[in-house]
Amino acid sequence: MIEYWNPQIERMPVEELKEIQGEKLCNLVKYVYEHSPFYRKRFDDAGIRPEDIKSLDDVTKLPFTYKKDLRDTYPTGMFCVPNNKLVRFHVSSGTTGKPTVVGYTDNDIKAWTTSLARAMTSIGVGRDDIMQIGYGYGLFTGGLGMHYGAEETGCTVLPASSGNTDRQIELMQDLGTTVIGCTPSYFLFMIEAAKSAGVSFQDDTDLRVGVFGAEPWSEEMRKRIEESAGIKAYDIFGTSELSGPLFTECREQKGIHIWADQFLVEVIDPDTGEPVPNGERGELVITTLVKEALPLIRYRIGDITVLNWDECECGRTHPRIMRVLGRADDMLIVRGINVFPGQVESVLMKIPEVGEHFMIIVDRINELDIMKVQIEMTDVAFSDKVNDIINLEKKVASALKGVLNIAVKVELVEHGSLPRSMGKAKKVIDNRKL
Amino acid sequence: MIKQISLFAENKPGRLASVSDKFKGAGINIRAFTIAEAGDFGIIRMVVDDPDLAHKVLHDSGFTVSETNVLGVEMEDVPGQLGMIAEVLGEKDINIDYAYAFVTRTEKAFLIVRVNDIRGAVKVLDDAKIKLLDMSDVQNI
Ligand SMILES: [Zn+2]
Repeated sequence: MIEYWNPQIERMPVEELKEIQGEKLCNLVKYVYEHSPFYRKRFDDAGIRPEDIKSLDDVTKLPFTYKKDLRDTYPTGMFCVPNNKLVRFHVSSGTTGKPTVVGYTDNDIKAWTTSLARAMTSIGVGRDDIMQIGYGYGLFTGGLGMHYGAEETGCTVLPASSGNTDRQIELMQDLGTTVIGCTPSYFLFMIEAAKSAGVSFQDDTDLRVGVFGAEPWSEEMRKRIEESAGIKAYDIFGTSELSGPLFTECREQKGIHIWADQFLVEVIDPDTGEPVPNGERGELVITTLVKEALPLIRYRIGDITVLNWDECECGRTHPRIMRVLGRADDMLIVRGINVFPGQVESVLMKIPEVGEHFMIIVDRINELDIMKVQIEMTDVAFSDKVNDIINLEKKVASALKGVLNIAVKVELVEHGSLPRSMGKAKKVIDNRKL
Repeated sequence: MIKQISLFAENKPGRLASVSDKFKGAGINIRAFTIAEAGDFGIIRMVVDDPDLAHKVLHDSGFTVSETNVLGVEMEDVPGQLGMIAEVLGEKDINIDYAYAFVTRTEKAFLIVRVNDIRGAVKVLDDAKIKLLDMSDVQNI
């Protein structure tokens, strides 16, 4: 097993990395100004000329790019290359409004693949592994992205896609899958399905690593997954606009390494747009330094996170973003207070009686927001005394109130009654007409 | 002592019917049941002739279900005897968690009681000459 995919780059001193970033940024600005009418106009409107960007520090002079820009220019209005330079499209289904189309040149695919090969190596996945990819293949970037990255490391790939769960569990045993990649929701679904088929991941499979992403999941959920399946669970991060899944945590599990020679990361105060000090929480902004088809300048990806440039114990010098608390898009405002589904999840997963599935339901009754959290009854929690159940609901409600600072009604529902997902799970029903 | 089956159910129509369907398929007979309701959920408690099979059938159908040991007493006069039992147990600091009565087709009245100390309760009631039902009695009700 190799320790680093590209030790020279992954362990490069920070000063050198930043120098490379500065150079690439200056070139990028010239490139988009020349090739993208969209960016030319955006820069002209902001009174920025490519010559104004002389070093890395000048990045803050550049205007932001928003998801809305990609929608407004649907399908390919922001592309910097003509069709004969493209080798692939992916299309993300927008939860609101139009989908976004992402195009890739040959080099874009290669850079994406390299990013994931480095990431997989950092969690000890490689040549000796068999990786089952349970992300959807197709327009969604998850399946194909992981596929290329895993193959690059020499890993044997089983392109299972999502669904057909019983078959997946069978193949996992027959072929000796050691690594699974899918959404955390789908893995929970698999655990349940395996259990009812009498299969224990721990005892009946060679599974040792899970790479989970495409939706936020909490540290507490990680503990549960690791314990119940007997694996190490790693977070993978990325979004289709940036290519797809790109980065994972390393084996230290203390943040996700963002390859600084490919991407420039900033964390800003979402209200002022100003950078926050190193180590403070803010909104993630990413500039793609090497993309050709659809480069993005200061893209407001919307995740709330913390940036950490301290050298990691794994020896990599590239900065880490701390576990993403949630995407700004997922944030609920209940009675004026910000609530992330991820916060609810981490409170719930700390309570042993509570199962893995939950649903947040928000209503507005008589001008007042009412937040309800449904959790499933478990064998462990079930008592045939009514008071024990009411006390459990109260215990969970008070734990939630302690963290969220708002009153929450907790409702126990029957096991199996909340929706299961083979992709990204829906965890919020907002009935308010806002 | 009797084994009682309890299951967690949301208060929505059809839950009880679904349980009784499952039992019919498995040849299980319900001798007594009661529902303890609390807002959005309820606990269905049942005395059946084959509790272990009933537990398995319900568990396999995805219900959250448990088996609890309870006391069963045949009674002539329900309110009077319930008071007497409570008194006898209370003297020994044994608390009643819940109790429910039911009448059989042969018009005999039975009382089901869950207490916080079942071994203690059995002894106290034996000493008071109150006859308790066991599973073979349940099968013959
Ligand atoms: Zn590291």
